[in-house]
Amino acid sequence: MSQWIDIGALEDIPVRGARVVRTRVGCLAVFRTGADEVFALADRCPHQGGPLSEGIVHGRAVTCPLHNWVISFETGEAQGADDGRVPTYPVRLEAGRILLDATAVAQSAAA
Amino acid sequence: MAEKLVVIGAGMASGRLLEQLFEKAPGAYDVTLFGAEPRGNYNRIMLSPVLSGEKTFEEIITHDADWYAEHGVACRFGEAITGVDRARKVVVSAEGETPYDKLVIATGSMPFIIPVPGHDLAGVVTYRDLDDTNAMIAAAAKPGAKAVVIGGGLLGLEAAAGLRLRGMDVTVLHLMPHLIERQLDPAAGYLLQKELESRGIAIRCRANTHEIVGDRKVEAVRLDDGTEFPADLVCMAVGIRPATALAKEAGLACGRGLHVDDQMITSDENILAVGECVEHRGACYGLVAPLYDMAKVAAETLAGEAAAYEGSLTATKLKVTGVDLFSAGDFAEGEGREEIVFRDPARGVYKRLVVEGDRLIGAVMYGDTGDGNWFFGHIKDGTDISEMRETLIFGPAFAGGTPLDPMAAVAALPDEAEVCGCNGVCKSRITGAIAGGATTLDAVRAETKASSSCGTCTGLVEQLLAFTLGDAYAAPEAKPMCGCTDLTHEDVRRLIKSRELKSMPAVWQELGWKTSCGCHVCRPALNYYLLADWPLEYADDPQSRFVNERKHANIQKDGTFSVVPRMWGGITTPQELRAIADAAEKYNVPTVKVTGGQRLDLLGVKGEDLPAIWADLNQAGLVSGHAYAKGLRTVKTCVGTDHCRFGTQDSTALGIAIEKRMWGSWTPHKVKMAVSGCPRNCAEATCKDVGIVCVDSGFEVGVGGAAGMDVKRVEPLGKTETAEEAMDLVVAFTQLYREHAKYLDRPYKWLAKVGLDWVREQVVDDLENRKALVERFDLSQRIFQKDPWAERANAETEKKYRPIADLTLEAAE
Repeated sequence: MSQWIDIGALEDIPVRGARVVRTRVGCLAVFRTGADEVFALADRCPHQGGPLSEGIVHGRAVTCPLHNWVISFETGEAQGADDGRVPTYPVRLEAGRILLDATAVAQSAAA
Repeated sequence: MAEKLVVIGAGMASGRLLEQLFEKAPGAYDVTLFGAEPRGNYNRIMLSPVLSGEKTFEEIITHDADWYAEHGVACRFGEAITGVDRARKVVVSAEGETPYDKLVIATGSMPFIIPVPGHDLAGVVTYRDLDDTNAMIAAAAKPGAKAVVIGGGLLGLEAAAGLRLRGMDVTVLHLMPHLIERQLDPAAGYLLQKELESRGIAIRCRANTHEIVGDRKVEAVRLDDGTEFPADLVCMAVGIRPATALAKEAGLACGRGLHVDDQMITSDENILAVGECVEHRGACYGLVAPLYDMAKVAAETLAGEAAAYEGSLTATKLKVTGVDLFSAGDFAEGEGREEIVFRDPARGVYKRLVVEGDRLIGAVMYGDTGDGNWFFGHIKDGTDISEMRETLIFGPAFAGGTPLDPMAAVAALPDEAEVCGCNGVCKSRITGAIAGGATTLDAVRAETKASSSCGTCTGLVEQLLAFTLGDAYAAPEAKPMCGCTDLTHEDVRRLIKSRELKSMPAVWQELGWKTSCGCHVCRPALNYYLLADWPLEYADDPQSRFVNERKHANIQKDGTFSVVPRMWGGITTPQELRAIADAAEKYNVPTVKVTGGQRLDLLGVKGEDLPAIWADLNQAGLVSGHAYAKGLRTVKTCVGTDHCRFGTQDSTALGIAIEKRMWGSWTPHKVKMAVSGCPRNCAEATCKDVGIVCVDSGFEVGVGGAAGMDVKRVEPLGKTETAEEAMDLVVAFTQLYREHAKYLDRPYKWLAKVGLDWVREQVVDDLENRKALVERFDLSQRIFQKDPWAERANAETEKKYRPIADLTLEAAE
């Protein structure tokens, strides 16, 4: 069952930017796209662990600030020639608030 | 016997419902119609032409007194309903009680009023009904009157355009970065803004209204940043809220709007609702098409027919004469979604289709919306578009046709076909020039001007070259900036200047970007080009900067940051050193390193500690060293005549003066400088981007050195007698580099492309030009020479640098 936790307002994240959520499984990056959609990914690039939350957001993807890997928000997969994947987490917007599925986060801790 | 139907609200939704009902079940109901306005149903969406004076109110009336009489509707206009007694099935008004068998609530919506101080002053209006419209028309009658419209959505812009046509001086304030952000993407928003500005409407985006100023009557609108806009009239058009007060009081289930099921029935089986007051499957609507869909279903329900409303897809058009704008469906980008973008900068046309699988799911069009409904039809029907995909964007005229081979297409163009829209050059001019010996793109440009302005027809001209010359044509190997464009960095820089492109969406649109918002390669470069060329007009976009410049610290491989305070010319004091030592201890800095630029680097600082450590260092008078910036880094010095027995000039003072003048300036890549007090060159000035070596007779200024992946000695730019002139040369050279170099080219790479001779002409020989360059540099410094630490060492930034939420505690519970 999903347990949606309010983690903040959409306005707390800059457009084409990200903020970090600290969890027991490590930091998650919650992104806001140019079209005001939100996505949550583990804040660790599959390449060398770079903080994706500090990358440049374009379309539905982010470029890792360390070595320019481009990670898709939807699949968590590295784009192009690079090979790797970060976990993604269910997150949604409701009346301007960002809701994160804590159950999914907890499950990934158990796994 | 006919049942009693009471309708509350005489707007467009209930009007359509009654039309449908009288058609389906004539005589089934005795209808009593209440309306808050003292008039019957009129076409509210046509108020814009009434405001602008293009139509009269009479022309937009939908139902006149005859129509109501003909259908036996008892009209109770201007009579407010104060309550609904559901147990007794009566509605209550000032005139008494009116019984019903069935009740329809169609109370519409209320304009949202931002609760800023002064919102209740005389002269503050909303834009909802005829009375609002008349109030605005009356205000516009005063000569020279000024209007401020708060809200750059559909309604606000229609109000603005109407008021402008009435002769008012109009300013639109919009909170978001681009206009109509709910229905338009940034590119279309940009085109719309340009069009409205050309009509004399001032537009200010990212404008947060702080207060409406005035004594009883409105006098001005003040923003958060203190800017004031004088106003005789303020129109608030920031949005609508479903009007549910009556329904709530009657105990009907409400969320954002009044809840209805698919039959448009509320939580009371005898009460239906339609229109903007309704919430259906979680959605509220403010456009007319869904209201009509609802009205139809409600009429069928009342007529005893089985019907279901399943929600509406919406399409939007802006009703401002001469502005063509259309959007429909879902036009966000995404995985599995592809976009087809067509731009014609010369005509101001932008079209974007969003395709998912074999279906069209969204469309945004500006400038040429003739095919809008055709696309909307395909979106609604879920048409399989795979067969016509290649030509889909050209609309029904081309649908299903086979795509032409580009070479065949160019061959098929008639001689008089216009190839370059900017300069009006037709095909035969170009082929003629090629036959006359212009065998390269540059030669064709020089001869005919084709593709020399916006550059978007470059591909076509190249195809003509290839077609006319065959194998004799060798295409140039210009490297495009990135996958978003075919233009090179140099092309883009030139076009940003010559076409006065002053925002990111302006560049994307006018230069035909292939993506909707760029990528990590082009965005930082564009951000730099725009701020370097338009320091006063362009607003820096932190989200288009690499992390180091966004955070004002260097990211390290473990995700921590380094902090480097400036030490002017490498000179420090015990007090500064003490402050640095204290900060290093307080924030558990694991490594303190002396850098090659004569200052101290604190490595391993946590991102969330940055604002606090900056505040501490600021206290001791230390500012950011920009050790992370594509900008001025350090000016290294030796002790010069102060202490050294060989020193010929005061190199330390000159170095400090240069650093104090130039810190904070953004450049295409990092810039390191040095001043050595004698040719022994202890400050290593001969391998810097700019290096000065002092001699007995003056100052030798060298440029284009390097000591990184390439090692290069500086080349002599010029020699001056005074320190002031040396400084001028350095500043003018840097400004020339700022204005012309490709992003991420260090000065030596740029010099290799443009040649030192050209640079000398600009900076050394042409004194007027040198002066102008220095002035432009100083102007830019007025904007950008600010200590980023001081600007960010506050609670607000501290909050932003911290995690948005901490779930470690909750998870432990």
